Formats: sequence, C-alpha cells, structure tokens
Amino acid sequence: MKTIIKTGVLAAAAAVLAAGLAAPALARDLTVVSWGGNYQDGQREIYFKPYAEKTGKPVLDESWDGGIGVLQSKVKAGAPNWDAVQVEAEELALGCSDGLFEKIDWDKMGGKDRFLDSAVNDCGVGAIVWSTAIAYDGDKIAEGPNSWADFWNVEKFPGKRGLRKGPKYTLEFALMADGVSKDEVYDVLSTDEGVERAFKKLDELKPHIVWWESGAQPLQFLASGEVAMTSAYNGRITGINRTEGKNFKVVWPGSIYAVDSWVVLKDAENKDAAQDFIAFASQPENQAKLPEYVAYGLPVKEAAAKVPADLAKDLPTEPANMPEAISLNTDFWIDNSETLTQRFNAWLAQ
Amino acid sequence: MRRRRSFLLPGGEKVAEGRMRGPALCPTARAREPLLAEFIRFDRITKFYGPLCVVENLDLGIGKGEFVSLLGPSGSGKTTLLMMLAGFEQPTSGTILVDGQAVNDVPTHKRDMGVVFQSYALFPHMTVGENIAFPLEMRGLGKAEIADRVTRALDMVQLSAMRERRPAQLSGGQQQRVALARALVFEPRVVLMDEPLGALDKQLREQMQLDIRDLHRRLGLTIVFVTHDQSEALTMSDRVAVFNKGKIEQIGTPRQVYDEPATRFVAEFIGETNLIEGVVARISGGEAAVRLASGAEIVSAVSGGVAEGATVYLSVRPERIELAEARNAAHNCLETEVTDSVYQGDHLRVELAAGSHPLIAKLGRRSREFEPGTKVFAAFSAGDCRVIAPPDGQRQAAAS
Amino acid sequence: MSARASRTGRSLFLLAPLLLFLAGFFVWPLFSMMSQAVSDTAVLRLLPQSAEVLAGWDRKSPPTPEMQTALIADLKAVEDTQALGDMVRRLNSARSGFRTLMSKTTSALSDEADPPADLVSIDKRWERPEFWLAIADALSPLTDRNLLAAVDLGRNADGEIEHLPADQSVNRVILVRTFWISALVTFACIAIGYPYAIIAASLSGWKRDVMLAAVLLPLWTSLLVRTAAWFILLQEQGLINDVLQMLGLTSGPVQLIFNRTGVVIAMTHVLLPFMVLPIYSVLITIPKNLMPAAASLGAHPLRAFLRVLLPLSLRGVAAGSLLVFISAIGYYITPALIGGPGDQMISSIIAFYAIGSANWGMAGALGVVLLAATLVLYSVYARLSADEPGRR
Ligand SMILES: Nc1ncnc2c1ncn2[C@@H]1O[C@H](COP(=O)(O)OP(=O)(O)OP(=O)(O)O)[C@@H](O)[C@H]1O
Ligand SMILES: [Mg+2]
Repeated sequence: MKTIIKTGVLAAAAAVLAAGLAAPALARDLTVVSWGGNYQDGQREIYFKPYAEKTGKPVLDESWDGGIGVLQSKVKAGAPNWDAVQVEAEELALGCSDGLFEKIDWDKMGGKDRFLDSAVNDCGVGAIVWSTAIAYDGDKIAEGPNSWADFWNVEKFPGKRGLRKGPKYTLEFALMADGVSKDEVYDVLSTDEGVERAFKKLDELKPHIVWWESGAQPLQFLASGEVAMTSAYNGRITGINRTEGKNFKVVWPGSIYAVDSWVVLKDAENKDAAQDFIAFASQPENQAKLPEYVAYGLPVKEAAAKVPADLAKDLPTEPANMPEAISLNTDFWIDNSETLTQRFNAWLAQ
Repeated sequence: MRRRRSFLLPGGEKVAEGRMRGPALCPTARAREPLLAEFIRFDRITKFYGPLCVVENLDLGIGKGEFVSLLGPSGSGKTTLLMMLAGFEQPTSGTILVDGQAVNDVPTHKRDMGVVFQSYALFPHMTVGENIAFPLEMRGLGKAEIADRVTRALDMVQLSAMRERRPAQLSGGQQQRVALARALVFEPRVVLMDEPLGALDKQLREQMQLDIRDLHRRLGLTIVFVTHDQSEALTMSDRVAVFNKGKIEQIGTPRQVYDEPATRFVAEFIGETNLIEGVVARISGGEAAVRLASGAEIVSAVSGGVAEGATVYLSVRPERIELAEARNAAHNCLETEVTDSVYQGDHLRVELAAGSHPLIAKLGRRSREFEPGTKVFAAFSAGDCRVIAPPDGQRQAAAS
Repeated sequence: MSARASRTGRSLFLLAPLLLFLAGFFVWPLFSMMSQAVSDTAVLRLLPQSAEVLAGWDRKSPPTPEMQTALIADLKAVEDTQALGDMVRRLNSARSGFRTLMSKTTSALSDEADPPADLVSIDKRWERPEFWLAIADALSPLTDRNLLAAVDLGRNADGEIEHLPADQSVNRVILVRTFWISALVTFACIAIGYPYAIIAASLSGWKRDVMLAAVLLPLWTSLLVRTAAWFILLQEQGLINDVLQMLGLTSGPVQLIFNRTGVVIAMTHVLLPFMVLPIYSVLITIPKNLMPAAASLGAHPLRAFLRVLLPLSLRGVAAGSLLVFISAIGYYITPALIGGPGDQMISSIIAFYAIGSANWGMAGALGVVLLAATLVLYSVYARLSADEPGRR
C-alpha cells in the first residue's frame, strides 16, 4: 500500500514537473546512496568526505534498503534524484538489462584487470564482497557448529535458529544441510525436485526458526539469547565484536558471498561526477581503508593486498575463508525470485 | 411604607412585619424564617475552591411550596449554592437538610430534585418525548404510565406536537420548556433552576417568567431560582436572597428588598437609587433626622441598628422624587439645579445637582420639560426615604 | 447570468488548489494503481509480428519456424531497453526462466558476425511450448491475471478460472489474517483508548495535557525505534517477562514476541493515538452538564453512562475504529519485526512485488483487492453509523 502511494506520489510529482508548474530545479549536488549503518559511516570517512574535499563540491549521502522497484520508479519518473547507488548483484543484473543504469567507463576506473572478475560488469563496479554466514556466540557455545548440517541439528545444539525471512539463502542453506555439496547447490535448486527437497528440509527446522528481516536483528537475537545461532551478514558480526566486545563467531564453510556494486542511475544529473566518484572509491589507497571500519572484502586486488593481516582474517575474500564458501547465483535468483518468494510465503503461512 | 407592604401575599405579612423589629437590618443577619413550613435548610455552609472562598458560612431556610430567587452579581456563588443542593458539589463545611434529613452524603440521583440548567442540558440524541421519559424510566415506571405522564407534561408546556423532534430542531424557548417539563415530570421534591431564561430574548423571557410563575402556583412547587436579573427576581419570587461575595446581603420579599434595602450594596444592585451621605442628628418615633454636608436636614424612615451620631447613607429611589418650583414644607426639600433631562418614553429622566451632590429623578411621562440650568426643589416624603446603616466596622468608628 | 458565471469561475479558481491536490494525490494514484493492475501492454507493444503469427498457433505443438522468425524480427527491432525490461519482467513473472533466456537470446541476436539460425539454436528452452504459451497469453492489452492471482485464482490452459495450486496460494490467507489482526488491534485500542479518553476529557489543566502527551508520544518517535523498544520489552529475557516472573504470575517466560500477541501489543501501542484522539475530540464537545443532568433525573452513574455518554461518544469510537483499522491494514514493519512466520501481513507481500521485483501489476492488483475489501467494510460501517442514534 505504502509503496503504491509512493509511486503515485512520484508519478504525480512527475506530472507537475511535466506541466511546467515547477521552476527549473537548482543544480543538485552529487548524491551517493548506500546501505546505511556503520558501513555507510565508514564510507563517509574514507570516500565521501575526502572526495568532497578533493573536488571542492559537497557530496550528499543517503541510505536505502534495496529493491529494484525503487530504482525503476526513480528512473522512469525521469531526472532521478540519486546519482551513484550501491546495489546488490541481483539489482545490478536486473537494472542493467532493463536499462536503468549508465554504462561504466572502465578506462576511468583504471581498467577491468584491477578488479576481481566478479566485480566487473557493464553497468557496475564492485564495491565490496560480503558474506552471509552462520554466527554464534563463542562465549556460550564452546564447540560451535561447522556446517549447515550442524545448524539443523537441534539435539546437539539446542536453541532457536535465526534465518532471514525469504527464499534467497534459506533454500541454499537447506540443501547444504541436506548434504548437497556446495558446487551442486544451484544445479539441484534449478529442478522442481530440488526445490521440493529444500522445503522438506526446512520443514524439519521450521518450529525452531525465528525469522529476521533487517540486518541488525539477528545479532540482537543472538545477544539477547533469543537464538542459539543465526545466519547473519559477516560485516555486522565482526562489527559487533569490535564495538561491543562480543565474541560472536563466523562459520565460513557453507557461507554464501556476493558482490555489491556501484552503479550510476540512467540520465542522472551528475552522472559524470558519479563515475569520477566511483573511480575515487576504487583507488587502492582509498579502498584499503575500508576494513578498518567494516569487515567486507575488497574487489580491487591491490587494495586487498594492502589490508593488514589482523583485519584481513575476518574478510570473506581471505583465502582461508574461501574454500568451503559459495558464490550467490544471481542468474538463478533473477529468474526464480518471484515464484519462489510466493512459494516461500505459502509455506510460511501453512 | 407600611401600608404598601400589605399588598403582600397573606402569608408574607407576618414575616414582613417581624422583619421590622428584629435585627434584620444588620447586613450580616441570619436568613429570615421562610414563609411556610421550612423544607430546605442550609446550615452554616462554607465552600472553598482551593484557596478561594466561594460561599461563606451561609444560613438559609426555604419553605415548602416557596419560590425563592438567588440574586447577585456574577461570581457571587449562586450557582455553587445550587450545585451543592443538587449534590453536584460537596460543601467544605456545614450541613444541608431537606425535609429534616441531612443530605450531604446522598448522591445526586437519589436526591429527587429536578434541575433546569442554564443551557438546558437536553440529551441531543433523544427525542423530546424520550428526554421527558428519561427520569420516569430511571424510576422504573411502566411503559403505559410513562407515555401517559409524558403526554401530560407535554400538554402542560404546550409542546405536544414536538414529541418526536430532536432538541436541535427546537427553538430556544421550546427547548427551555422541554427542560422544564423534564424537570417536573417526575414530581420532584424541589425544582432548581440556574438562570434558565438567560439565553432567551426579552419577549420570550417575559412569557416564560409568567409561565413558570403560573406553574409554581398551580402545582405548589418548591422552587429555587438563580438569576442575576433583578427584575426577573422581583417578578417571580416569593422571596429574593441577594448574594454578594458568597454571602447573603439581604433576604426578603421583592418589595422589601426594593423598598427597604438593608445595605448600600442591595440598594445599588436592585434598581437605581440616589445615595446621600449624612450624619444622624436625632432619632424619634421611627424617623431619623439626618444632617447632610450642605447643612440641610432630611427626615427619613428608620428601623433599628442606627445610633445618633452615626454616619449613614440615605437611599431615595429616583421615581419617588418630585420636582417643585417652590419649597414644600410637608416634605424633605433640597435646592437643586437641573443639569440634564432626557425623555425616555415611559418616563422623563432629570439629572440634578444639589450643591456638589448629583441626584437623579424619574418623572411621569406627562411631566413638563426642564431646561438645564433651571432651579428647582427636589421633594420627597420621609416614607420614601431609607436610612442605610454603615457596615459593622464603620458603624463602630462612627459611634466612638 | 454572466455575473453568476464569473462567480462560479472565481469559486472554481479558489478551489483549484484543493482540486489539484485531490487529483494529484488521491485520484491519480488510485487510478494508476488500478490501471497497473489490469493493463498488460508490455509484451504486445514490442512483439507485433509475433502477435499476428501466434494468433494462428494451436497452443500445444512445438513452435513453428514462422513463429521463431517473427519473434526474432520483433526482438531485433527493439531499441528501448527499458521497455524490453518491462516485457521480460512480465514474461518472467508468468514463467520463471525468461530472464536468463531473453538476455541470452538478445545478446545472441545482436551478434552480427555469427547470426543464429533460429531461436532453438540459441537456447533449447525455445523448443518448449510453455515459454511460447507465456508469450501468447500476454498479448491482450487488458488482463485479469493479476486480479485473479491476488485472490489465488488463475486461468488454466483452457482459459477457465480455477484455484492456483496450494504452494502458490497465500494471498487469501494473508488477506484474511490482515483483516483479523487489524480487527484485534482495533478492539484492543477501543478497550484501552475509550476509558483513557474519558479520563483525559474529564480532567483539566496539566493533568489532561500530560495524558494527551503520553498518548501522542509514540507519534514522535520513529516506527523502527518503537518496534525495537517493544522487542526489548517483550523478549524472553525482557522487562515484561522479568516482572511477570518476579510477581510470581508465571513460572517460566511467556512467549510474547514472534507471535500474534506481540504484534497486537506493539501495533496497539503505535495506533492508540488514532483511537484516543477522535474519541477525546468528540467527548470534549459533549456538554459538561449532561451527566449531572442525568444524575439529577435519577440515573445511577452507570446507567447515565450507558444511556447518555456512551451513545453520544459512539461517533468518536466509530471514527477511531475506522482510522485504526484502516491504518492497521497497511502495517508491515511491525508485524515483520515482532511477529512470527504466521503474522505476515498483506502489505509486506505488496511491498515485495512493488519494491523487490518491480511487478507493479501484481502490487496494484493486491492494492485493488485490499481497497475493495476495505470499501465493503466501510460501507458496513456507514450503514451502522447511519442507524446509530447519536447522529443528527
Ligand atoms: N469548579 C470550580 N473550581 C474553581 N472555582 C470555581 C469553580 N466553580 C466556580 N468557581 C468560582 O467560584 C465563584 C462562584 O462561582 P458561581 O458559579 O457560583 O458564581 P455565580 O454566582 O453562579 O455567577 P454567574 O452569575 O456568573 O453564574 C467564582 O469566582 C468562580 O470562579
Ligand atoms: Mg452561575
């Protein structure tokens, strides 16, 4: 309901603009949009402020919660009020094929070779590599879980489990818990039987699951003892350990990593400045400072090499953390997200 | 004066006479005995709102079937007294007795008193009929009897045609009559009315005054009626209690409070009057000679409570003054000069100056005109003039 | 005559801002929501040739070469990538897999050096009739597909309306649940808000101000903060459970969060002002002397309340209930964060379609269904309150 009203308002605003009732807008400052929280606080220190100082022009930063619909309505209404936006891999793929983003000038970025392969896209420049993994409180469970099978094992590890409310990640985790090897997860999930199998496995755990929706929730649950273990974003886990002195552990085997990218909205007023900003944020000396603020992997290879070892050990890109992890299959999810969400909601309501 | 007082209702004569002898002229006097067998008594009632004393150590008796008005300026505590009688407010101290029983602890809904509010307080979501039936339903009467009594009540206030209407569809006067019918239909022991006519225009007001007085006579109701309109109080009541700052200044028949104001406040509040300051020179045989500042001496009726040598006021109603060209030996006579005269339809209002002292006279419509500057004599008989004793403190000061 | 016309003109001019506002913020969004729900031109617009050829297809057999040629020609003619995106989204929502299939196909078609012979040689999926059926079904400019799907219905291969399979049928359950939760919250708000408003209206001065401020307070903090606060209070080791156990009312912790109880508590808190304020505003317009009048007429306080105050304040209760109920229907953040899996409300589904997958058709259709259901309830309310004696 809310969003419908929002689009209506956007449309109405567009109509007013079209009718020429509004005075020509003043030039808008470069507007950069990211995911908020302490991640964006870090970005502000190492990207936004230094870039504003360098260019002598202010940089506005806003935060959002994702959603291709948000970007689509901004671009379709014309003259979007955001320039550079950090998006998830699915939004990158959808938006790029729908023409919502400007093409990236890779020469400006210093060439594709400087980046990890998965961070290179026609419409986007990788910004971070982040991971969804099992988290548990090392102070409460000495011998922690090592796999999704352990996560499902409520006899060995009594207590509730936190999972994100939605099919993405959840179905992959269920299959891994059911013994599907990490390399076959998406092959199995692409079949009807595989989907069936994942939901069957979820049935087993259903009474023990506490569903979370926003990234701060799982750690809140863990801290309050509401759950014994939960899926969570790795950056958040390391963050709470640093700021609140917790001893939450990240279980890297079976974690799923994905790349978030910078994109430039189609026909944005400051689209050139936005590309310059992205290039600035992709310079190794700038990017290398990020892990001090939040434990996300760096897609610029030179930057990753500069990260000191004590910080690097918490990053999804750290070689020791990689072997048992899998990469999120964006193609699978852009094809199946709607059907599986519907199915997931039906399963949830049962 | 005394002859005129005999116009009173038969029952009133005795009390009125008694008033002349007792310490009635003392301004803080206890309330006078009611006309009829006493039914309601306020016994040393005091009411505080926080630090504010609204009613102060008040005594008042009201007889069965009597119509008593509480008259006074705004804020003098009339409503408060009525609210305490109805049970909406508790006195801070003192006892209220109804029919010999203390009712302080009796909740409103058991006091059996009909209340007519200034703003009528009709229930907007009920029809006229339902409004009037409400007190009967609360008493658990049968349907048929309720219908019957509602019909009679509506007939009484001549609103039978309005039975199915909502209050909002009635004129102010009609609403007023509904409120009256509703307060009377259950035949309460007492009817309390708080400025019920305040919102009506003059004509309707006068009509309703007569209607209410008529109902009072026919049904033998005991009515306590609050108003700050003196002519309304005088028109309707058996007795009028004049309030000032939480106290009763004077209580008596309309004629008493008008013709024999006990205090300066009463004299000024009820009607218009001329107040002339002077010192009592002699008292003999119910008459006092009062010497004015100008040296003139005026003979006035007097009743107890005044000593020779006291500084007093003389009250002379403007309509009792006659203007004459020559000095009249039979009357009190002051030499004056006309300063202004205004024709006001039913009378001629002449402003005079007796030396430096202003006087007002109201002359009959047929009187001749007076040019400003004309020298005339203002004449009035001793019986048309009252000596008003000074308040306690001043009286002693004057006596010493 | 002309004077009157000019007066009409002037009043129209004065009304213009209001009319523009209504049109811009009320009529237009509603209209666009409804039209989104039924319009279905995304595919037809881009595939005119295929539309002609597909009209002659029997909907069962594998695709003919003409069908493939027509589609190739259509796709090659597309220039607007955003329109292409809309088409792909529409097709993918009917048939999962179209996304990758289409991007594979369009990039193969743009390869000038090595033009593909036909579609099947690009991807085997083009052999399967289901994908062609999805296209064929998307070629009429108006559709009831979204509206049907919003109430768990769909058309089968023969075009008859039937229930969607159980694993796709969730909207009805969630819709009913949404109304039920909203009703519970409304009742809870009445139960707390009505006495609260009566007490507030009977007080004066600072006491009344404090009571009103206390109930308005939730409006001054963000929804997220309020919800987080409720999490802290309601959780197993939370304040409320601690107090309950300390008082010995319960032996173990009571599950107050991640279930219906928690949702109702938190939503009641958030929506209480919308109940208290209308009731309060009606109560203070009721003349102060009606209750004393009833008492003087012999009514016991309870009867006076039932016969006088209650009927007169019912209008406020009805208005408050309507406000609370309709606001509650639109909630999804609180149920999502405090509720359990069985407390998802319809707005979160709408939000998923609108924000998460930009499927405005489905979002619009669910919005229309919600609106229709709400209007039905409103008409019931209007009927009831028209009969209600408190109204003049
Ligand atoms: N509830 C109350 N709280 C505090 N003070 C009050 C209250 N009700 C009345 N008063 C005060 O008590 C005094 C007497 O009020 P009351 O209503 O009895 O006057 P009144 O003689 O009826 O005046 P009016 O002719 O204006 O109606 C006033 O000063 C008024 O301000
Ligand atoms: Mg009053």
